[in-house]
Amino acid sequence: MSNSYKQQKAPGLRPRRGVPPMALPVEKPHDFKRSLFRLLQYLKPHLLSLSFVIFAAISGTVFTILSPRLIGRVTTIIFTGMLDRLNQVSGAGIDFSRIGKILLLLVGLYLASSLFRYLEFFIMASVSQRMVYDLRNKVRTKLTRLPLKYYDSHPHGDILSRVTNDMDLIGSTLQQSMTQIIEAIVTLTGILIMMATINRWLTLITLVTLPLSFYVTAQVTRHSQKQFAAQQEELGALNGHVEEMYGGHLIVKAFNYEKESLARFQTINQRLYEAGWKAQFMSGIIMPLLGFINNIGYVLIAIVGSIFVTQGTIALGDVQAFFQYSRQFTHPIVQTANIANILQSTIAAAERVFKLLDEEEEIADAEKALNHFAPRGDVRFEHVYFGYSSDNMLIKDLNIDIQAGQTVAIVGPTGAGKTTLVNLLLRFYDVNRGRITIDGVDIRNIKRSVLRNIFGMVLQDTWLFTGTIKDNIAFGRANATTKEIIRAAEAAQVDHFIRTLSQGYDTVINQDASNLSQGQKQLITIARAILADSPILILDEATSNVDTRTEILIQRATAQLMKGRTSFVIAHRLSTIRTADLILVMNNGEVVEQGTHTQLLAQDGFYADIYKSQFSTTQAG
Amino acid sequence: MGKLFHYLKPFRLSIAAALTLVMVRVLTELYLPTLTAEIVNNGITRGDTAYIIAIGSRMLLVAALGGIASIAANHQSAKVSAAFARVLREKVFSQVENFSLHEFDKFGTASLITRTTNDITQLQMVLLFGLRMMAMAPLMSIGGIIMAVSLDPALSLIFVTVLPLLFALITIIGRRGIPLFQKMQVKLDNLNLVLRESLTGIRVIRAFNREDYEKQRFQGANQDYTTTTIKVHQVMSVMMPAMMLVMNLTTIGIIWFGGLRIDSGFMQVGDLMAFIQYGMHIMFSLVAISFMLMQLPRALASAHRISEVLDTVPEIRDPQVPVPIEDMRGFVEFKKVTFSYPGAERPALYNISFSAGPGQVTAIIGGTGSGKSTLSRLLLRFYDIDSGSILVDGVDIRSMTQADLRAKVGFAPQQAILFSGSIRDNILFGKDKSDAEVVKAAEIAQATEFIARTPAGFASEIAQGGKNISGGQKQRLAIARALVHKPKIYIFDECFSALDFKTDAKLRAALKEETAGATVIIIAQRVSTIRDADQIIVLEKGRIAGIGTHEELLATNGVYKEIVFSQLSEEEIA
Repeated sequence: MSNSYKQQKAPGLRPRRGVPPMALPVEKPHDFKRSLFRLLQYLKPHLLSLSFVIFAAISGTVFTILSPRLIGRVTTIIFTGMLDRLNQVSGAGIDFSRIGKILLLLVGLYLASSLFRYLEFFIMASVSQRMVYDLRNKVRTKLTRLPLKYYDSHPHGDILSRVTNDMDLIGSTLQQSMTQIIEAIVTLTGILIMMATINRWLTLITLVTLPLSFYVTAQVTRHSQKQFAAQQEELGALNGHVEEMYGGHLIVKAFNYEKESLARFQTINQRLYEAGWKAQFMSGIIMPLLGFINNIGYVLIAIVGSIFVTQGTIALGDVQAFFQYSRQFTHPIVQTANIANILQSTIAAAERVFKLLDEEEEIADAEKALNHFAPRGDVRFEHVYFGYSSDNMLIKDLNIDIQAGQTVAIVGPTGAGKTTLVNLLLRFYDVNRGRITIDGVDIRNIKRSVLRNIFGMVLQDTWLFTGTIKDNIAFGRANATTKEIIRAAEAAQVDHFIRTLSQGYDTVINQDASNLSQGQKQLITIARAILADSPILILDEATSNVDTRTEILIQRATAQLMKGRTSFVIAHRLSTIRTADLILVMNNGEVVEQGTHTQLLAQDGFYADIYKSQFSTTQAG
Repeated sequence: MGKLFHYLKPFRLSIAAALTLVMVRVLTELYLPTLTAEIVNNGITRGDTAYIIAIGSRMLLVAALGGIASIAANHQSAKVSAAFARVLREKVFSQVENFSLHEFDKFGTASLITRTTNDITQLQMVLLFGLRMMAMAPLMSIGGIIMAVSLDPALSLIFVTVLPLLFALITIIGRRGIPLFQKMQVKLDNLNLVLRESLTGIRVIRAFNREDYEKQRFQGANQDYTTTTIKVHQVMSVMMPAMMLVMNLTTIGIIWFGGLRIDSGFMQVGDLMAFIQYGMHIMFSLVAISFMLMQLPRALASAHRISEVLDTVPEIRDPQVPVPIEDMRGFVEFKKVTFSYPGAERPALYNISFSAGPGQVTAIIGGTGSGKSTLSRLLLRFYDIDSGSILVDGVDIRSMTQADLRAKVGFAPQQAILFSGSIRDNILFGKDKSDAEVVKAAEIAQATEFIARTPAGFASEIAQGGKNISGGQKQRLAIARALVHKPKIYIFDECFSALDFKTDAKLRAALKEETAGATVIIIAQRVSTIRDADQIIVLEKGRIAGIGTHEELLATNGVYKEIVFSQLSEEEIA
């Protein structure tokens, strides 16, 4: 079976720091310059620290560049001393006092260089992480302002990956690559200057090898990038296959699919092997190649340098310094090639983050929107039109009039769009035409936070967070006292159960809330709604996965909750539907019928159809 | 890790080649400074250009040899490590495919995935870097020391002081840094958790006006993570500058003492330069070894996790001489079956006896945890029972091969699991059936209507995990998959629950025809789904609380009555 796994980023696959990387393929940003500039804007608050980092990076590098020259000088002193002695110059010998002075200077340089390096890394760690910290908070704040439409149309994994993976990449690039760029540039120019001041001809010879090094680096990198991309793709395909087959182990076994599964695995595994070894091979040949080119330069320097030494135009120590400089050349070149790639991926990551930051926000509350509102709970839909996209109206001219305390049952087959009404009532989405009023006030004239306080919700998807049961119940009212929480739990028929737990109300609900059954979760969310004590309720009746006894508890709790409140119930239970004051029948996203149970049965339409197929005794089964 | 070395055996020639090549490279690397020294000692000092060219070309030859050896070694090690990973992955994967549900549950899906992918990649990388570096570093440091000592034993004493210092430095920083790295990972997981929760609960959070609270939670986690990250990096900031300092000071020491040695005639100027080179080689090798050693615990952990999978012997195996199964009728019989999940205190099913014959619909009903799904898993032999026997056509399912048994069963599970691939592929799922049969199965499963609405019909791609279609649609495809090979025994495990009542009814009507001559077992919670079954088995807490038709049970069985009353209002029951 083919695979569409490429785009997915499994968080676990991210190479962690300190692990030999399976290097990721480079992604190309859309607008490199603009995005880079925008990213740099976020560094503004850290300008002072940054300038010190840059200063430290430059100084640290300059000191390192100076040292071969000084070592060369020592060599020259030793060499001339020995030469003089050979030539029987009287009193000749190595001038150790001069050497001592130079070496002391060197010790100072090295100490300073290491100190500056250390400060550079130390400060940069904090600057880059602080910046990412701010950016992450900024994204989180942005998330609170995005309309629900954004969440419905973007996979959670995608948003998560922007906040963690992408941000981490930005952080580590800033931390490492920024200073590396500075170092590479300073090193290259510094070495060139040093060499040029020593001897122009030798410098020219060294420069001959430079384009060759650049060329080889560029070529190899280009190829290895391709191989890495291939490797990454196969790795993704393999992971996808493994995830699917393990995830569906039961089915694989039940259908005797093991052989096919293994055959497919072998095919991908073989492709991964081919791509994998080539990628690793390519990434490993750059250093030997550059090393060889370097040796060519080395020999050339030796030959030409020795001629100059015999002519007396250059000191031996300077030739030695040249050797060292030519050795130091390779590193910045490879580094620059790497950084160029890392930078591309980083900017691509930054662009994904920026895209999120640039998303259109929820329409702001109207200026004169109500700050306070305590309605009785009359709800009216007046000529409401709505569609998730403007060319496909799902709700056309819907009119409903509900008195405070009445119950509205929303029924229809799965996927009929029953949550659409919930989305409109809570203003997760706005109507396209018409209006929805509460006690006669257009809900668009009520502040969102106030509006949402009017509604209590119990959804089928019982959302609990990791925290104590107490905190989870108090979620609807932050300042609730323990007494009130317990009273709500009692009303929700869940107090007894909570008290059987070892920590009672302080029991921590773990990740995925796997220490509670579906029914218990449902009861806790009901307690949450009871505590919130909102005049209007939105209820989603649980359908399956609850055993009979819990089911009875839930029914009792729900009845308690609905008492005296206007309720919108996404209903599955016949008793709820039959006693409802109004039934809205939905199909394919549209409200197709409305009325009471008897009215709708008399109409003999869609509702009557469902009703018969569901509950009639004469049907085929 | 020991056992896994066994899988390296087929590659021993390549590994030997790689190591030999690495050795060649080390020798050339060590020989080069000697040649440089000769150029300085005998060439430059004497101005002997011819000598320099002669030695220079020898240098180039040696360098070329080293380069070629290095590339060839790299070629070998890349291939060996990739091949090792390939072999290991296949071993692990096919091993896991043979696991029964018990072994599978013991490890957990997520963990098995990591063991098959990340852990093996980890080992591959360690092997690759090991072949590249691990072999080279000791050779290089030993060779470097030999060369240094042969040049000047007295001056070599400098390494006796420096090397332990360097090693201690790396260990101390590593000891402080590594726990912080682990701590950082924990904080990152927490940050992820907080954000994921606020994404999945977005509707509830907004409905309860708790956005600010969630934002603060996130900011707290973010702060926590950032603080730890900064600390890690600040600790690690010492590493590089400190190492450089030690190396540079060593060089200064070599120059100073070397100068003295030259002065007293024990050494030549070129030798001093070579000596510095050897010093660098030795120290860099030591650094490489230390870093490798720091990686090792993680690699060992991976190796251990992989070995655990490979060492697990699957519990359920086919009999040596299986009973051949040709024409199966599909008569299912449970005889006093008792089964407990491994490690459980009480049996999940206790003393279960019933039979289900061809042409009959047997329904199983009961609350959550009553053992309904367990029963279907036992019939498919996902687990072996503790006592009693399960017979199909009078043959114990343990005396036939698992493949034979499962080939005759059509299974639609509670959770519809689909795979990436076309709709057609998903219905066929490895079976060799015609397109007409696929369409027929889809028709019965009430899936043709929505399939027709997809862009490419039966060729439309299902995304991984079936994310691009709804729960009800997934369920219908899963049912079609169970039908396509016309099995003799059908097991529908609560698979109608995601369907609305209307589709449920239509589907069951269509099924009736298709499954007429087969044994049908329906597991359900919804009474309306099963009320017309030929026999209904009521399970409670792993025991049979009653067997009979809807009317019989309603009249006599308290447990059944309670279930029915909770779902229907009284007038509908009659």
